[in-house]
Amino acid sequence: MIEEVGTTTEGDLIINVGPQHPSTHGVLHLVITLNGETVKKVEPHLGYIHRSIEKMCESLSYRQFIYVTSRMDYLSSHINNQGCALVVEKGMQIEVPERGKVIRVLMAELTRIASHLLWWGAMGMDIGAFTPFFHAFREREAINDIMEETCGARLTMNYVVPGGVMADVHPNFQKRTNEFIKLLKSKIDEYYILLTGNIILQERLKGVGVISAEDAISYGCSGPVLRACGVKSDIRKMAPYDGYEKVKFDEVFETAGDSFARYMVRMNEIRQSLSIVEQLIDNIPEGEFQAKTKAVLKLPKGEFYSRVETARGEFGVYVVSEGGLTPYRIKFRSPGFSNLSALHQMTRGSKIADLVATMGTLDLVIPDIDR
Amino acid sequence: MFSLESLAHNIDLGLNNTFPPTIALLAEMVIVGVGVISLFAVLGLVLVFMERKVSAYMQIRKGPNRVGFQGFAQTAADTLKLVLKEGLTPDGADKFLFNLAPFIVMIVAMLLMAPIAFTKGFQIWDINIGVLYISAISSVSVIGILMAGWASNNKYSLIGAMRSGAQIVSYELSAGLAILAMVVLTGSLQISEIVASQQNGWWIFKGHIPAVISFIIFIIAVTAETNRAPFDMAEAESELTAGFHTEYSGMRFAFFFLAEYVNIFIVCAIGATLYFGGWMPFHIGTWEMFNHVMDFIPGIIWFFGKTFGLIFLIMWFRWTFPRLRIDQLLNLEWTYLLPISMFNLLLMTVISIMGWHF
Repeated sequence: MIEEVGTTTEGDLIINVGPQHPSTHGVLHLVITLNGETVKKVEPHLGYIHRSIEKMCESLSYRQFIYVTSRMDYLSSHINNQGCALVVEKGMQIEVPERGKVIRVLMAELTRIASHLLWWGAMGMDIGAFTPFFHAFREREAINDIMEETCGARLTMNYVVPGGVMADVHPNFQKRTNEFIKLLKSKIDEYYILLTGNIILQERLKGVGVISAEDAISYGCSGPVLRACGVKSDIRKMAPYDGYEKVKFDEVFETAGDSFARYMVRMNEIRQSLSIVEQLIDNIPEGEFQAKTKAVLKLPKGEFYSRVETARGEFGVYVVSEGGLTPYRIKFRSPGFSNLSALHQMTRGSKIADLVATMGTLDLVIPDIDR
Repeated sequence: MFSLESLAHNIDLGLNNTFPPTIALLAEMVIVGVGVISLFAVLGLVLVFMERKVSAYMQIRKGPNRVGFQGFAQTAADTLKLVLKEGLTPDGADKFLFNLAPFIVMIVAMLLMAPIAFTKGFQIWDINIGVLYISAISSVSVIGILMAGWASNNKYSLIGAMRSGAQIVSYELSAGLAILAMVVLTGSLQISEIVASQQNGWWIFKGHIPAVISFIIFIIAVTAETNRAPFDMAEAESELTAGFHTEYSGMRFAFFFLAEYVNIFIVCAIGATLYFGGWMPFHIGTWEMFNHVMDFIPGIIWFFGKTFGLIFLIMWFRWTFPRLRIDQLLNLEWTYLLPISMFNLLLMTVISIMGWHF
């Protein structure tokens, strides 16, 4: 038992949730202080899966370091890669051909859908509904098949290179993606019937894990967590990259700031991402998919930053270059870390079950938090 | 014609003719005991398999289909694994209570078998206060669960057990009142008479709206009482890992597991008896031919058919609903179900006094 002077009183129950626990989705360790069923304090302990990826990147070349980031937020690995490629392109002033940009966006949106689908299934598990998990995986599997055909991998695709994408899309890509759009459109209403419309789910999530917009901003929350508080913060709208300014989509946001708002933001984002894919899939421009780059990439001396919107929020890459073959220093700003830090604020004074439900709506991926 | 009633009667007669009454009674007890234990084993195997298959088809999976024919031997294989597994007793646990708890839960489930009428005249003990007996005994299982949670020396277990205690005690009221409404209608606490009163139609059809309300409350309350999702607070996998049986392994865990499934069977059997006429066949008014065909199906098939229909309903709940929170669970009971079932009881009393039911 961990004793902390001044924070606990007589009769409080201190429980270690994790590092191996069904609802922490990985090796997250929460030390929670309970008064009966009421949560008094939540303290995340990190470090169980720390691999010092940032340090590792310092000894890898600018072509190589991109692929290590697939192992951070493995559910939106493509978008992580994209963020890293963007920083290199910015530093070297490489112009990505239109075709390469569109393929990147298509893959990024498919990744986002896959990530949100997995979240939806896991969210159901967290509040005790097991069936959604399998239904979500059925559709996610279709995305993975599309990815596998074009990129050769299903989860950590490593498809992005500085200057575009590694290879052209598979000839079947358009056909299969169109099939997938049709499939998901018919299934997405099923999700609403199965889980979203359920009175128990709404009772469990509404008014639970509330965070105000001010608090969310000061904790550094981003992505669906921040947008659920009514703050417009989508990087794809605010600082468009890779041609997001050319596609039409709505930035999804809610105003309640509770768990249900976060749930609905993600559910509606699936629809928006689907509409982006729909707009682009039949309009992939002809041409090169990759810009011609030098064999050895060297960033000029200076500091470079790029940011992208992953499925979880804002992913930032900060590179300091001394002009050498490898980055001098590198720092990733991962969305999960900041979102997790707001957990205590959200769940203080609620029940244990609310803690689990709120943690579910944060969509934590632990390797993203523990780099 | 061969029937289970004549079989039971002949065994009774044969034993009494050959042995003195005391020995005959003891022999009958042994036969009944062996019968109950084997029914337990069979029910455990069938229900666990059924749950896995039902959940599999709801989750677009196939479920167990490798061990034995179509996977039928899967549960047997799992049981074998549990038998071979070491039953750990955690350090710092209250060893006596820790080891006693699974047996209490198990024994309660066994005792509940006594008044259930499987078919005409085939009943272990046709006690004249059958329904009261069931209500009384079924609440004892909470002691086993509290004991397990307390003795485990584990905080997850303790929280699970406390939740379970609050839950079972609360929902016992609604279940009791729902059953009472049917008792008022029938005018008897004896299971055999309750079944006999449904000779010309099941109470769910004959008892007007109060019977339907009573059935709905009953099915909600028993789902909660058996700790099944969406009321599985005591286990709450995503919150408390496994709740009150977190520390149990091997056969002692299997006892909890088995008792859960047998409890589901029992509450569904009671539901089938009270609302769907137990082993009574389905009759429609004056359709002589139809009624005759229905009579041809043995009572035991009717009984198990109805019971398994209700079991399927409860499994369906589990695999489609999310879990409630503990305060919502208690709120549902004390502010909705209890007042409604009390009012329903009054309504039922008026209906049965005025003779307005069919």
